Parts: sequence; C-alpha cells; structure tokens
Amino acid sequence: MISQELKNALAKLAVNEAVVPDFKDKGFHLDVAVAPDAVAPAAEVMNLAGFFLEAITGVDWLAEGQMEVVYDYNHSISPGRVVIRARVSRATPELPTISAIYPGALWHERETHDFFGIVFTGHPDLKPLLLPEDADFHPLRKDYTS
Amino acid sequence: MSVLAQCDSKETFVLNLGPQHPATHGVLRVKLTMDGEYIRQAEPVLGYIHRMHEKMGENRTWAQFMPNTGRLDYLSALSYNHGYVLAVERAAAIEVPERAEYIRVITVELNRISSHLVWFGAFILDLGGFTPLLYAFDDREIILDLLQAVTGSRLTYCYFRFGGVYNDIEPDFITGTLAFIKRLRARMPMYHNLVTKNIILVKRLKDIGFVPAEMCRKYGATGPVLRGAGVAYDVRRAEPYSVYPELDFDIPTHPEGDSMARYLVRMDEIEQSMRIIEQACTKLPNGPVMAEKAPKIIKPAKGDYYAAVEAARGSFGVRLVSDGTNTPYRLKLRSPSYSNLSLFGEASRGMLLPDALALMGSLDLVIPEIDR
Repeated sequence: MISQELKNALAKLAVNEAVVPDFKDKGFHLDVAVAPDAVAPAAEVMNLAGFFLEAITGVDWLAEGQMEVVYDYNHSISPGRVVIRARVSRATPELPTISAIYPGALWHERETHDFFGIVFTGHPDLKPLLLPEDADFHPLRKDYTS
Repeated sequence: MSVLAQCDSKETFVLNLGPQHPATHGVLRVKLTMDGEYIRQAEPVLGYIHRMHEKMGENRTWAQFMPNTGRLDYLSALSYNHGYVLAVERAAAIEVPERAEYIRVITVELNRISSHLVWFGAFILDLGGFTPLLYAFDDREIILDLLQAVTGSRLTYCYFRFGGVYNDIEPDFITGTLAFIKRLRARMPMYHNLVTKNIILVKRLKDIGFVPAEMCRKYGATGPVLRGAGVAYDVRRAEPYSVYPELDFDIPTHPEGDSMARYLVRMDEIEQSMRIIEQACTKLPNGPVMAEKAPKIIKPAKGDYYAAVEAARGSFGVRLVSDGTNTPYRLKLRSPSYSNLSLFGEASRGMLLPDALALMGSLDLVIPEIDR
C-alpha cells in the first residue's frame, strides 16, 4: 500500500498530478512524472520509505523528440508498485544517476545507456554492460537500423 | 571484512573466472582482484549470450514474441510464458477460463520443482559432490516427460496463449503428476539425510556468504535470495494472480541470510510446490482451456502495463508500452537473476574464493535470463 505521506512527498517533485491507476488494469499503483533533475530526490524519498528498485528502463518517443526513463519501485513488506518517469530531450539525453542511493541502479543505468544512449551523469563507470565493449550504437532507439 | 584487514598485503592479482568455467553455469565472466585466496573485488562481466529479446519484441506481433519468453530462463521457462501472457492479457483485457488457470498453475509449479532440482544437483556439484546431481536429474526426467506430453517440448516451452493454454491435459497427466509427487515426497527425506544434514555441506554453507535483507533491498534482489534473508516476499502472495489465492501454501523463509538459508528456502519451496499441485489437481474444474472470445489479432489500448510473476529465481516482470498497434512499442523484461547477481560484487568482498563460488551457486543464476 502506498501511504499518504509518500504520495505527498512525491507530489512535491511531480511535474503534473500523479496518476493513481486501477491496479487490475495497469499493474501498478502510482505513476508519477518528474523533471529529469528530480529523479535523485525522488529516489531518496523512495529509499527512505523502504522501497526497492525493480528496474530502470527507457522508452524512445521519436515523434515527440523525447526519451523517457522509467523507474519501477516496489516494496517487499507492504507491496505497492510506484512508477517514476522523467522525460529528456532526444538531442541531449542526460539525467543524474541514482546509483549512490540504490547501488542496484549501477547495472540498470548501464543497460539503459547501452540500449538508448541515455547518459546518467555522475555514474562511476558507464561502460557497456550487455553490448560489446566497443559498441557505439543504441539498438532500442526507434531510428536505429542495423 | 576483518579477514582482509588481517592480511593487508599490497600485492594483488587479477583472476578471470569464466566465461568458460563450470561453476558459472553458462557464459558468465567474473573479473576477480585477488589478495591471495581472498577476493578484494569481484566484477561480473555480462553480455556473452545477449540476444536483444527486447528489440525482437518490437519487431513482431504480440503473439509472435511468445517463443522468445521460453528462451530466457531455460530451467523454468513456463513462469516466463506466464509473466508475458499475464501482461498482454491485462493490456488487452482478455479473460482466462478457470480450467486454463489451474493447468497453468500445475505446469508452472512442476516446472519450478524441476528448476529447483537442477539447482540442487548443480549446486552440490559446485561444492564437490557429484552424486546428488544424478539423483536430481533422475527425478527431473519424470517432470520433463510429463510436461513434454502436454506442451510438446522439454525445455523451451511455449505452452500458454493469450486467453488460456494451447492444449488440454489428459487424465494420464494428472495420474502421472500425482504419482511423481508421491515418489518425490518419499525421496525428499533421503535428500535431507544425505545432503542437508551432511557435515561437509553444513561447513561449506553455514554462516558464510551473507546477503542481508538490506543488501537485497538496495540491489532489488527477490525470490529465494530475499526469502533466505527472512523477508516473506513472494509475488504469488503480494500481487495474487491466476488461482493462487484459492490454494493453500506457505512462503518459506529463513532469517539467517547465509548460503545455507538460501539452500533451505529452495528445499522448502519444493515441498510447497508439491502441496500446490496436489490441491490444484483435486480442484481442477471441467470446461474450456481457451477463452472463446480471445481475439486473434491483439491491439491493446495505448498506454503502459506491468505484470509480474514469481519465477523460480524471483520476481519476473514485464513492462509493456502499447501504441495501439499489433506490435509492442516497447517491451521490457525485468529478470530476477540480473538483480540477484548485481549484489555479488559487494557480497563477495573479502571472501575466500571457494566460499564465493558457494555464494554464487546459492544465488541460482541462469545466464540467458540475465543477458536476455
């Protein structure tokens, strides 16, 4: 369950009103869009509330000229899925790392960098994780051709 | 940590473990910085069997991606089938007949037992005991035969469909399953007497390889790793899906957080899966195994969808982004071993190399599922 306290803390960081979807239809309990520079404060809020990080991933919105980074959080004692998302421009896809708060993010951020070319500033070692060590392509970008 | 302080020599060397090493069970490489027999730093190097399943997902229809889900975790492929169909069924609002739900649970739990049996054999093999592997494979063979009869394959299953399952089960399958459970029930005490209580095993696992609950949280570890740290988190209970709410089962936990705790959790889980299968076989209703109204062409409404299942290694999640067409716009696979392995660097620091290999075995890694 998502506490009101957590909702209020995230509402302060949100760029527009948080969405509370029907879990049965969507599979998550709370969906919050934040500005790119607010992902680390948001991770801090989630960390203090005792959540764990399920995954980080990206979505390429080519038509809109934007990339989205999606953070999935969950709680192992009082389960509740919280989605935090931030949009960056496709021209300069950069946003801060949350790996200082969640070391599990180290790999997820490297993978997202592999696939989308999104740069996580402050990440200690953003080298390829799943792609070859000399990979200079980002296969999940919608304009990628092999 | 204290061990490292005691032998603080300035001289270290780099040791490559893998990518061709039997203890990594697949092509995983670990770059170890060693101080004698002690690990200073361990860095897993991934991607040797990366196949870019997520890109493949964007290039085929929703249904055409089904066979890919059987090729992530080759030891419990049905759970990955299940996670994907749940996500698509949620997105396209497809109802599943009750009989199909029960068949899903029976086959997934059989697959979980077979996965745990392979882990059991291979883990003891890592520790130097060869014989249990042969016994475990003997039992597992029966499961593979049973599943082959209904699914048509022995390992990389593609049995579930959006709205049900591909094939109804025969009465023989139920008889065979119950006979197998009777057999395994009789063999479990032997496993416990010969292996669990074995002093060599206990010395290798007890109070070694700590992965506490807080470390699990920081790295997102789930499944038996988390339950071996005393946290009773199981997706089957936390986000009930299929017919699990109608079945009575426990979530085994062991609070110690050492390699032994993770061993015991999986052994207990075999018992619980047997309980689930027995109940599901008794309650199995008659009826169709495919929803009559299941659409042939799937076009989910625009938006994000998430579905998770408890796979043999932890929480497997599928995040879908649909743009309303017949192919996924984005398909993210959240695999449990990926997060479970990511803590290895921190957990193994200062450990003896053979103990770290025991720790790695107790994480129950399946590399294709990590590399995807």
